[in-house]
Amino acid sequence: MFDHHATLKKHFGALRTSAEFFSLRYVRESGQYLSVRKNVAEPPSLSQDEGAMLTVRLNGVEAYAATHDISLSGLQAALERAEQQARQIRPHALLDLRDQQVSSDVADYLSPDLSQPFPSLSDCYQLLGDESAAVPKDERLVSWDVSLGLTHVEQIYLNSAGAELRQAQRFVFPGVSVTAYDGNDSQTRTLGGTNFGQQGGFDVISRFGLQGAAPKVADSALQLLLAPNTPTGPRDLLLLPDQMILQIHESIGHPLELDRILGDERNYAGTSFVKAEDFGHLQYGSKLLNVTFDPDIPEQLASYSHDDDGTRASKQFLIRDGLLLKPLGGALSQFRSGMSGVANSRASSWNRAPIDRMANLNIEPGNQSMAQLIGGIEHGILMSTNRSWSIDDARNKFQFGCEWGQLIENGELKGVVKNPNYRAISAQFWGNLSAVGDAGTSRVLGTPNCGKGEPNQVIRVGHASPACVFSNIDVFGGDA
Amino acid sequence: MNTFKALVDWLKQAITETEQFHLGFAAESSEFVRFNHAKVRQAGQVQQASLNLKLIEGGRHADLSITLAGEPELDRQRLAAGLQQLRETLPLLPQDPYLLLNHNAWQSQNEQAHPLPDLAQVLEDISQAANGADLVGIYAAGPISRGFASSDGAFGWHQANSFNFDFSLFHANGEAVKASYAGNHWDSAEFARRVQLAREQLEFLGRPLHKLAPGEYRAYLAPAALEEIISLITWGGFSAQSIASKGSSLQKLYAGEQHLSPLVSVDEQISGSLSQAFSSEGYPRSDVTLINAGKADGQLVNSRSAAEYGLSANGAGSDESPSALQMAAGCLAQADILKQLGTGLYISNLWYLNYSDLPAARLTGMTRFATFWVEDGEIKAPVSTMRFDDSVYSLLGSQLEALTAERELLLSASTYGQRNTSSNLLPGALVKRLTLTL
Repeated sequence: MFDHHATLKKHFGALRTSAEFFSLRYVRESGQYLSVRKNVAEPPSLSQDEGAMLTVRLNGVEAYAATHDISLSGLQAALERAEQQARQIRPHALLDLRDQQVSSDVADYLSPDLSQPFPSLSDCYQLLGDESAAVPKDERLVSWDVSLGLTHVEQIYLNSAGAELRQAQRFVFPGVSVTAYDGNDSQTRTLGGTNFGQQGGFDVISRFGLQGAAPKVADSALQLLLAPNTPTGPRDLLLLPDQMILQIHESIGHPLELDRILGDERNYAGTSFVKAEDFGHLQYGSKLLNVTFDPDIPEQLASYSHDDDGTRASKQFLIRDGLLLKPLGGALSQFRSGMSGVANSRASSWNRAPIDRMANLNIEPGNQSMAQLIGGIEHGILMSTNRSWSIDDARNKFQFGCEWGQLIENGELKGVVKNPNYRAISAQFWGNLSAVGDAGTSRVLGTPNCGKGEPNQVIRVGHASPACVFSNIDVFGGDA
Repeated sequence: MNTFKALVDWLKQAITETEQFHLGFAAESSEFVRFNHAKVRQAGQVQQASLNLKLIEGGRHADLSITLAGEPELDRQRLAAGLQQLRETLPLLPQDPYLLLNHNAWQSQNEQAHPLPDLAQVLEDISQAANGADLVGIYAAGPISRGFASSDGAFGWHQANSFNFDFSLFHANGEAVKASYAGNHWDSAEFARRVQLAREQLEFLGRPLHKLAPGEYRAYLAPAALEEIISLITWGGFSAQSIASKGSSLQKLYAGEQHLSPLVSVDEQISGSLSQAFSSEGYPRSDVTLINAGKADGQLVNSRSAAEYGLSANGAGSDESPSALQMAAGCLAQADILKQLGTGLYISNLWYLNYSDLPAARLTGMTRFATFWVEDGEIKAPVSTMRFDDSVYSLLGSQLEALTAERELLLSASTYGQRNTSSNLLPGALVKRLTLTL
């Protein structure tokens, strides 16, 4: 672990520059993606990646150069390219960063159970193959896939102010997907995949419940084939955590990103219906809504001690009792706006610069059991597992779809319905939050696929949420 | 190319008689400059190069992506270490029943070395053209290389210099117009013309917003708006594996249960496009007619699907999605668009599309950038952001009235992981009914 640290530190000390500040962020990542599809092992996809980004600040203007050449001469050449870029853009620069403070922290951060060995590749294939073979024989089951993604990341951040930050993390992404088809309609059920991932070792797979999952996933896909469409009209909506994470992500996370509010993302990811002056004043949701930036849950995907600009991370309430308090803005956005924020300046890899990202963005549990949540609904619907997401560029008007729906009448769960969709407006939707599940209903989930930024970046984000109820939401089904 | 060739030569002598390889190569040296409020918000350079090594032996195979260091001896060491890692991996794998290799020693080479624009000039041009405007966007430029070689002697090389300035101009009221300037020769006058066109559209956006109620409207979808619909469809829509496993949104089209308008013909036209003419799995990429006069025709088939479903591989990549899609032009003249639209919506762009019901090809999305309310053939006012929810079989089927005679070449501005070289050549579409829901 960190076996390049001594060499990088030596190289960093030998770099020559006229910049008033410079930093090096080295990232080494190895990956393994395994999948068994319809009982046939797909060839493994493996990866080894490493490189470094040099950032300089010259007369208050910052620029970067990312390079795959991490020799001393390669790093020096990159540093000089960054200096040249900083000089070139100076007449046109938006920001003067001469007064921005920089980190001098020294720390290490390791994923939980990092020393715990992970099962061998053949053991992993055996596990996936066993689960694939457990899918029942039914001619309506036309496709299924059991998968396991594994990523190791080491990052070393050094800067001219003395910061020395090392992170070693292991991410695990198990998944099951089954598609059923009856000659007319097809329905897919999934577990994990793009909405589950955690830091850790084999224990992640155990917590996920991969073993024994495939037959249950297949059964629910078959149930959906036989189910009627979701009825149209307003209902109370009970969202389970594997849909709540999408709801949090799209209609709280992205609108609170401070770089969006400052306009950086208007050409691509979009802007926000939230304005800078709303913080401290806007009642974002009902008094039951408590949202935190929480880097301290060890297994959650975006737990870390420092962000990629070297700022120390700590748990912060962004929304308390429904009142909007803080944006998702890292040190640079805080400097630009004069607002307080969190340590969320993050980069997808060595070849992309840090920007404001979600990290772990969670809803704090309430006090109702699942039975109480269901029991409190007279005319409603339960929805689970996101399958479709669409929201406007200000993150306000949205339409989301789930794989699984179940009607609720007079406090009791009733029949399964397919193609459950709902649409609403963020600024009103959270005001309709009428019940929040307790810790027993909460799950630590996340996604590896949050896209944003120019140039584009995909990053891992974590979301933990209890089940939640929203009153009087427009729901509807599909065509089939 | 010499760097890649040297690695290929080394690998040829390193493998045993029973081993085979595929070696892919991707490299770029990119300049990225982000703009906000017509100033440079963030700027940098990225140099990256990687190999994708597939080792095959005894019906077993595995892939390894390796980032190169840019130094020949170290790169050779990394390739050697990668080869060793795959040699240790293969015995752990079962034989793959769907392994299908192309043993042809095909050759393909395409190099374009047009000089790139000088960044200082570009910054100056942008600064001048944006004068007083709230411009936001990204300029990306530099050479891109792609290569492929196999132990059977196949060799492909593609190298091109290009730039892509993807930007928008914002009105003080928050409305915006989107534009781009991409290619390989930066012409200051042409760039200034494009910014001026965007400025003219921006003036319309200053008018009071026309608020629309949910309902059904006539609509014109400009090529960039149609591209959003096409891009969602191509997310597995034409994939042989998705069609067979019922994950394609066009499954009813391919089953012959649905059809589109006879006006709709779609081709994957690799020849003459900006994309490389070979796939990462070692197949030359063919031109494929995907939809012919509203009916399903070819599929995009990679070697794995070819083996699994008994089809012929046509050079599709691992995700079996198009990278040089063309839709046939129609007859509607550019000058007649507003007149023939009459009263309805002129939609420049759509945004964030996804499915309401995938097997039914029913999708939803938002209007974004420069959407106008048109009355009696005249632009009256910008329209507030609206959500639509409609079926492809309606929009490009029963409700499609006309396609424009002129098409627009839309070059991808995507930079996830690396700069994308895909493109779409599309007309605009006039539809009799678009359903707005929120």
